[in-house]
Amino acid sequence: MLEVRHLSKVFFEQNDSRKPGLVALYDICLTVRKKEFVCLLGPSGCGKTTLIRIVAGLLPADRGEVLVNGNPVTSPGRDRCMVFQQFGLLPWRTVLGNVEFGLEIEGVPREERRDISRKYLELVGLNGFEDYYPHQISGGMQQRVGIARALSKKPDILLMDEPFGAVDAQTREQLQEELLKIWAKTDTTVIFVTHSIDESIYLSDRVVVMHSRPGRIKEEVLVDLPRPRWEGDVKADPRFARLRTDIRESLRG
Amino acid sequence: MNALEEQALAEISLSPSKGFRVTDYLGLLRASSVILLLIVWEVFGRDVNPLFLSYPTAIARACVQLLISGEFQRQALGSLEVYAVGLVSSLVLGIFLGLLMGRYRLAEYLLDPYVYALDATPRVALIPLLLLWFGLGAPAKIAIVFLSGLFPVLMNTFSGVRTVSASLVDIGRVYGAGEAKIFTKIIVPAALPFIMAGVRLAVGRALIGIITAEMFTAVTGMGALLIRYSSAFATDKFFVPVIFLALLGVILSRAVELLQRRLAPWKETEGAL
Ligand SMILES: Nc1ncnc2c1ncn2[C@@H]1O[C@H](COP(=O)(O)OP(=O)(O)O)[C@@H](O)[C@H]1O
Ligand SMILES: [Mg+2]
Repeated sequence: MLEVRHLSKVFFEQNDSRKPGLVALYDICLTVRKKEFVCLLGPSGCGKTTLIRIVAGLLPADRGEVLVNGNPVTSPGRDRCMVFQQFGLLPWRTVLGNVEFGLEIEGVPREERRDISRKYLELVGLNGFEDYYPHQISGGMQQRVGIARALSKKPDILLMDEPFGAVDAQTREQLQEELLKIWAKTDTTVIFVTHSIDESIYLSDRVVVMHSRPGRIKEEVLVDLPRPRWEGDVKADPRFARLRTDIRESLRG
Repeated sequence: MNALEEQALAEISLSPSKGFRVTDYLGLLRASSVILLLIVWEVFGRDVNPLFLSYPTAIARACVQLLISGEFQRQALGSLEVYAVGLVSSLVLGIFLGLLMGRYRLAEYLLDPYVYALDATPRVALIPLLLLWFGLGAPAKIAIVFLSGLFPVLMNTFSGVRTVSASLVDIGRVYGAGEAKIFTKIIVPAALPFIMAGVRLAVGRALIGIITAEMFTAVTGMGALLIRYSSAFATDKFFVPVIFLALLGVILSRAVELLQRRLAPWKETEGAL
């Protein structure tokens, strides 16, 4: 499904575009199966965003390649969609207008894309908010809009860059649970960036631990907790505590 | 308000505030201020030599006279026509060049020497040259209005495009937008508050431009009337175009403001350039 092969990325100095400044990613190899939920976990600056942007096709790699269903990625494509950390909504569009954006670019006729967008707004629990502007709703609601917009494109791979990093803790837990419920109903592969250990365990099938300088994959930890995870208290499961300890160790060194 | 909130409000039981509050009568105060000024002007204006200052009722009389003779309408229409043609072309070209220079490095580097040099030159300094080229008629005035309106809208559009964050462009790209759609669906709407601020400035500058041009040529238009009446010491008539221009300025800038609010309701206008 998704294959990242020996990927490296170098950023150049700000004031001298010929002088290498930083090895943001070094020899990243990663394979993700269809319908897998993978979390990229690592400290700030370890290259998580850079990696996900390369997979999205927004940024070229310097070495190595990314394959989606066997095809090399060179630009953004319909098989992938991204949910942004700062929600990535267009402030001049209403909630409905934002969800419609992707379909509009694709050329779906107005009535049809309205109907589809309404359906996805309902899926994320935002019916009734169609005509609000982003600045009129809370951060949690804005990110629901971002998710609805991404889902409306029915991507094979959903790339999420710390999507819940900018919302309060309570909303965050609620959004995590809803994301799992939505994901369970689809065949989407999810690559989810976070720097919260608990979030990565709660959500994913596999946690990919990254280190910085240079940005690289340190270890992959399989999360063998049963699904669905929103029933009962998974976080109280002894396996959850053990995973947390393992991952914390792995992050340290 | 939900039931709990209503209950809480009842318990708090705010007593309606009594007594006089200036803030309740702001509109009335403004109107009274204007009326008072007019009365004072009328009373004292009558005692001043009419060569130097007129007074409201005399101006009103002069206005009626000018309107009946049809002279005023003819000149005003002439001015407005030149103004409209010059302004619209400055807006079209200004927005176009601003978008181009804001988005493409190449366009910026090729054009910015001329833009900055021309913008820094006081427009008045160019008027004699333009008159030489275009004569005393409408084309010269259109050129002056055009140059007056061009730079504010160009500069604002340019900086508007420059402030569009790369992450907004990324959103377009992720959803498969090509350059044309990035332009129409991301860059232009994101820069719209700046563009509209530029339009508002241009509307005012172009008005100054047309009057300056007409005062220079002194043949036709509002500016010509100003010169004619002032050199004839017809001070009461002189005030008619002045008041007309003041009203026009206010109406136009209000109109752009309303348009701005319609086109960009998501954001209060920010103070651009
Ligand atoms: N466009 C860029 N130019 C130069 N350096 C960059 C650029 N983008 C990111 N970096 C640097 O690359 C490193 C990794 O960044 P990023 O991928 O955003 O990390 P993370 O998302 O894990 O916090 C950081 O040190 C960051 O400063
Ligand atoms: Mg990041």
